[in-house]
Amino acid sequence: MTVFIIRRLMQAVFVVFLMSVIVFFGVNVIGNPIDMLVSPDADQQDIAEAIARLGLDRPIHEQYWRFLMGALEGDLGRSFIFGEPALKLILAHMPATLELAFASLVMALVIGIPLGLYAGLYPDGIASRTIMAGSILGFSLPTFWVGLMFIMVFAVMLGWLPSTGRGDTAVILGIETSLATRDGWSHILMPALNLALTNIALAIRLTRAGVREAMGQDYVKFARAKGLSTRRIVFVHVLKNIMIPIVTVIGLEFGALIAFSVITETIFAWPGMGKLLIDSIIQLDRPVVVAYLMVVVLLFVLINLIVDIVYSILDPRVRLQDQRS
Amino acid sequence: MSDLSSEGQPEEARAAVETPFRRFASEFFESKVATAALVLLSLIIALSLLAPWITPQNPYDLAQVDVLDGRLPPGSQAFAGYTMWLGSDGAGRDLFSAILYGLRISLAVGVTSGFIALLIGMGVGLIAAYAGGRVETVIMRVVDLQLSFPATLVALMLVAILGKGIDKIILALVVAQWAYYARTVRASALVERRKEYVEAAACLGLSHGRIVFRHILPNCLAPLIVVGTVQVASAIALEATLSFLGVGLPQTEPSLGVLIANGFEYMMSGRYWISVFPGLALLLTVVTINLVGDHLRDVLNPRLKR
Amino acid sequence: MRNRMTFLSAVAIIALSAGAASAEKLTIGLASEPTAIDPHFHNLGPNNAMARHIFGRLILQNERQQLEPGLAVSWQPIDELTWEFKLREGVTFHDGSPFTADDVICTWERAPNVPNSPSSFSIYTKGKTAVKIDDFTVHFKTEAPYPLMANDVSTVPIVSDEVGCAATTEAFNAGTAAIGSGPYKFVSYKPGESIVLARNDDYWGEKPIWSEVEFRPIKSAPTRVAALLAGDVDLISGVPTTDITTLQGRDDVTLSQGVSNRVIYLHMDQFREASPFVSAKDGSAIKNPLMDVRVRKAISMAINRDAIVERVMEGVAIPAGQLLPEGFFGVSKNLSPVAYDPAGAKALLAEAGYADGFKMTIHGPNDRYINDAKIAEAIGQMLTRIGIDMSVETMPRSVYFSRASRGAEGGLPEFSFVLVGWGAGSGEASSPLKSLIATHDPDRGFGASNRGRHSDPAIDAKIEEALRTVDDEIRQILLAEATEMAMENVAIIPTHFQVNTWGSRKGISYVPRTDEYTLAIGVVKD
Repeated sequence: MTVFIIRRLMQAVFVVFLMSVIVFFGVNVIGNPIDMLVSPDADQQDIAEAIARLGLDRPIHEQYWRFLMGALEGDLGRSFIFGEPALKLILAHMPATLELAFASLVMALVIGIPLGLYAGLYPDGIASRTIMAGSILGFSLPTFWVGLMFIMVFAVMLGWLPSTGRGDTAVILGIETSLATRDGWSHILMPALNLALTNIALAIRLTRAGVREAMGQDYVKFARAKGLSTRRIVFVHVLKNIMIPIVTVIGLEFGALIAFSVITETIFAWPGMGKLLIDSIIQLDRPVVVAYLMVVVLLFVLINLIVDIVYSILDPRVRLQDQRS
Repeated sequence: MSDLSSEGQPEEARAAVETPFRRFASEFFESKVATAALVLLSLIIALSLLAPWITPQNPYDLAQVDVLDGRLPPGSQAFAGYTMWLGSDGAGRDLFSAILYGLRISLAVGVTSGFIALLIGMGVGLIAAYAGGRVETVIMRVVDLQLSFPATLVALMLVAILGKGIDKIILALVVAQWAYYARTVRASALVERRKEYVEAAACLGLSHGRIVFRHILPNCLAPLIVVGTVQVASAIALEATLSFLGVGLPQTEPSLGVLIANGFEYMMSGRYWISVFPGLALLLTVVTINLVGDHLRDVLNPRLKR
Repeated sequence: MRNRMTFLSAVAIIALSAGAASAEKLTIGLASEPTAIDPHFHNLGPNNAMARHIFGRLILQNERQQLEPGLAVSWQPIDELTWEFKLREGVTFHDGSPFTADDVICTWERAPNVPNSPSSFSIYTKGKTAVKIDDFTVHFKTEAPYPLMANDVSTVPIVSDEVGCAATTEAFNAGTAAIGSGPYKFVSYKPGESIVLARNDDYWGEKPIWSEVEFRPIKSAPTRVAALLAGDVDLISGVPTTDITTLQGRDDVTLSQGVSNRVIYLHMDQFREASPFVSAKDGSAIKNPLMDVRVRKAISMAINRDAIVERVMEGVAIPAGQLLPEGFFGVSKNLSPVAYDPAGAKALLAEAGYADGFKMTIHGPNDRYINDAKIAEAIGQMLTRIGIDMSVETMPRSVYFSRASRGAEGGLPEFSFVLVGWGAGSGEASSPLKSLIATHDPDRGFGASNRGRHSDPAIDAKIEEALRTVDDEIRQILLAEATEMAMENVAIIPTHFQVNTWGSRKGISYVPRTDEYTLAIGVVKD
C-alpha cells in the first residue's frame, strides 16, 4: 500500500515537473510582452530598460531555472502587469470562480436529474421528447451566444436581473461569498445557469439513460412482481442506484467548470480566475498564465491522486495491477 | 452487465439472415426525428459543397466584396446587382454566400480534426488495450492527464502558441480530442478482449493484427462512431468558441464561428441578421449531427434493444 | 449626427452644476481597467486616468489636453536650462498633511524608480533634475533647452513625502499609501471587480458633483452596453461604433462624443530592396515598389477615407490628412485628407511601372483600435480595385506588435504594409513626428515606432530644430512644416482620427476628452 502511494506520488511530482516545463516554455514562445507593456512614447532605450527590469533579457533556460527555484518556495513569479505575486492574484480571484462553479454544479443536478428522470420514465411522451431535444440544444448552443441572449432578455428587456458583475459579499461559515446575500444571488443566477447548461444536458442524459437501463433490469422487474408502486420503485430503488454514478460524473466536471468559466466570466464580467487568465493571455502577462496553469495542473493531479488512492483502498485489484506493471 | 443474452454472439451468425447494414438502416429510419435530422444534415453538407456554384459572391475574393455593401438588412440589393437575401456583414460580404463558405470551413475543420483524432486515438487505445502492462499504464496516464484538462483550455493554449490558421486550429483540435477516442476504444476493447471469442481466436493461433483488426476493432466501432459524431459537433462548436475569444480562424476567410463572433458586436445594435443567421446555421449543423449521433447510440447500443 | 459631436472647437462647460454638495453615487463601466492604484507603477492610459482622481499634478491637462494650473500656479523658463514652478499654497493631502516642495522632489525620485514597473515614468523624468528653492518654489533643470517641460511635468502624479514616496506598489493597492491631494479619496480596490472612491471635500479646486464613484471594469463591449441599458451603470466608456445608431434612437441614453488624439495610419516598408510580403502577381520576387513615392501616393489616393468613416466606422471618425486633428499644437493648416481618386491612382501606378499591379499583404491587429480588422479588410478591398492583389492578415495585438516592430531577423520590422494607430500622449505634433517619421536611431531615441523606416534628413533636421525651440509660436510653425514634408513624401498614410464615444443614462453626460480618459469629474448633470 505504502509502496503504491509513494509510486503514485512520484508519478504526480514527475507530471507536475513535466507540465511546468511545457507550460513555461510554451507560454514564453508567444509574442513579446514588452510591446504590450511599455508606453508607445517610450524610445528604444526605455524599452531596453523595461526588458531588463522584468528579467526578459535573460536566456529562457535561466528564466525557467529562476522560476523553478521560486516555485519550490511557493513563489510562482510576479505579474508583469499588476506587479503583485501571481499566486496572490490567482488566490484573490479564486473564491469568485469556485462559488460560480459550485452554484452551477448544484443547478445542473437540481434541474437535470428531475428532467432526466421524467424523460427516462416516459420516453415516448411529448414532454420527454421536448426535454431531450432541449438537452441537445444544451450541448450545441455556443456558450457565449447564450450568455449574451440571457443578458439581452433578462437584464435589458425584462430588467429582472443585473447584467454583469458579482454582487455584495458576506461571510457565512467563515467563507466570504456572494451566495450569502440577496444581491449576490441575483448576480450569480445568470452566469451560473449559463455555465450549467452543458451539465444540465449531461445530467438529463445520464439520468435518462440510467433510468431506462435500470427499468429493464432484474431487480426492478422483481420489485414490480412483488407489487411495489412505481413511485416507490423509482424514488427508492432506481434513483438510489443511478444517483451515485451521476453525481460522480457531474462532480468530476467541477474541474472542467473552473476552466470553462473562462468564457462565462468574460461575458458576465465575473471577477474570477478564468477572466484573469483570458486577460493575462491577451496581455501576455506570462507569470500569471504560467501560475494559473500550474495551479490547475496541481489541482487536477491532486484530484487524480486522491481518486487513485481511494480506488486502490476500495479495490485491491488496482493496486495489484499497478505492481505487476 | 447483467444481460448476456445478445452479447458475445458472433456477428456473422446474424449476418446470414440479413446484412448488418440493412438491419441497422431499418432501425435507424424508425425514428422520424433522426431521419429528418439526417436529411437536413445531408442538405447542409450538399449546400456547402456546392457553394461556389450557387452563391452570388465569393466572399473570400476581395475584388468581389465591397465595404459600401456593409451591414445591409436582408433582402437588400448589392452594388453588383444581386439580392442579399440574408443581408450583409460589416465588411460587405453577402451573408448567404458567407454562411455557405463558412459552413465548408467549419465542417472541414470539424471532420478533418475529428478523423485525425479518431485515427490517433484508435491506434493508441487499441495498443493500450491489447498490449496491457507497462505500455498500457503509461498510455493511460497520458490519456488521463490530457483528459483532466478541459478541451477548451488545451485548444486555447495551443492556438495561443501556434498562432492562427486552419492547419493550426485543426492541430489544436486534434490534440484536444484524441484522448477521448483513445479512452473509448480502450474501454470497449478491454471488454471485448476478455470475451470468449477473442480467447478462442487466440487459441486458434490467429495473428495479433488479425485479432485486433478483424475481431476487436469491429466490435468497438459502435461506441467510436457515437463518440465521433459528438466530437465532430463539439469540434465545430469549439472552433466557434476559439474564434469568439479572438484566437480562432482569420477574419478574412470566416468560418461560421468567426461570422458569429463578428456579429456578436452587432447584437445590441438591432442588426440581428449578422450573427443570428450564421448562429442558426451553426445551430442546425451541430444539432442535426448530435441528433443523428444520439440516435446512432440508441440503435447501436444492444442493451437498449427490446 | 455630426452636430452632436463635441469637437475641439466646442467650449466645454463643467462649471454648470458644481457646488451643490449632495450625496449622489455614480457608477462607471470602464472598457479598460487600471492595473494598479500606485500612480507611478504603470504609465498606461487607464492608470493615469484613475490616478487623476486620487492624486494631484503640478499641471493638469484639460479635456483638450491644454495645460492648466494644478498644484503649480505658474511655470516659466527663467533661463535656457531652467524652468521655475511656483506651487499652490494651502493644499492638503487626504491625510491632512500639507503639500510642499518636498513632496515634488521625492515624487520626482520615486516616479522613475518603481520596482518591477512594466512601463516607467522615466520617459518623462529623465534628463530633468528637480531642485527645491523654498517650500513653494521648485526648479527643473535640463542639460539642453527643452520646450516640452510643462507637458512632461503634467504627466506625473504627486504623492506625499510622508506616506507615498517610500511606499510599495502593494501598499498603494491596499489603500494605506493611496494618499493624494486629488478631488477623490481612495475607498477600496478589488482588481477585476471594482474601484470605489469618495469625494474629497477639502479639494482646493472645484468641488466634485458625485459623493461616491464606483468604477467597474467591463471589457466586453456588448456587455458594457447591456449594463448601461439595464441601468446597472450610469456611464460607460468605449461605446462600440456598431451600437451608436441604436443608442441614439433611445430616449433613456445620452451619447457624448469627441475626437481623440489617435490617428490610424499605414506604414510602408521603405528600407528593404525586396520586401517580404510584396511580390509580382505570379509570386516571383520584385524590387520593393513601396520605395517609389509614386506608388505610395497611388495607394493613398486609392483609399476611400469617406467610405471607411461612413461604412466601417459608422460615421464616428474623421478622415485624416496629417498626424493630429485640427486644433492640436503643431498641426498644419495647409493639409487636408488625400482625395479618393482610383483612376488617378491607377495612372500613377502605371507611371511608376506597375501598370499590372503587384501582390501585397496588409497586416493589422484585430483587438487594438476601433474596428481595426474591418479597416484592414476595407483597405484590402480598395487596393484590389486599383490592381494590387491584396491579402489581409489580422492577429491579436499580443502577437502583432512585436512582429510588426521587430519580427524579422536582426530586430527589423517583419511586415511590408501595416495598419497601426498613434495617440499623441503629449497632445502636440512632436510626439508622432519624433516616433513615426524621424529616421530610426536607437541611440538618440528617434523613430522608435518607425516601422516603415522612412528616412529623410531634411525632416529630421526640422524635427530636431523644433525640439530645441522653446518659443511656442516658432515651434508650432516648425512642427507644421515637418508634418507637411512628411505628407509630401507619403512617409506614412493617415486614414482617419478616432472619435471616442461615452454613453450615459438620461440626465447626465460626459465632457469628451481627447486623451480618451474616463474621469468622474468629467461627468456632468444636464
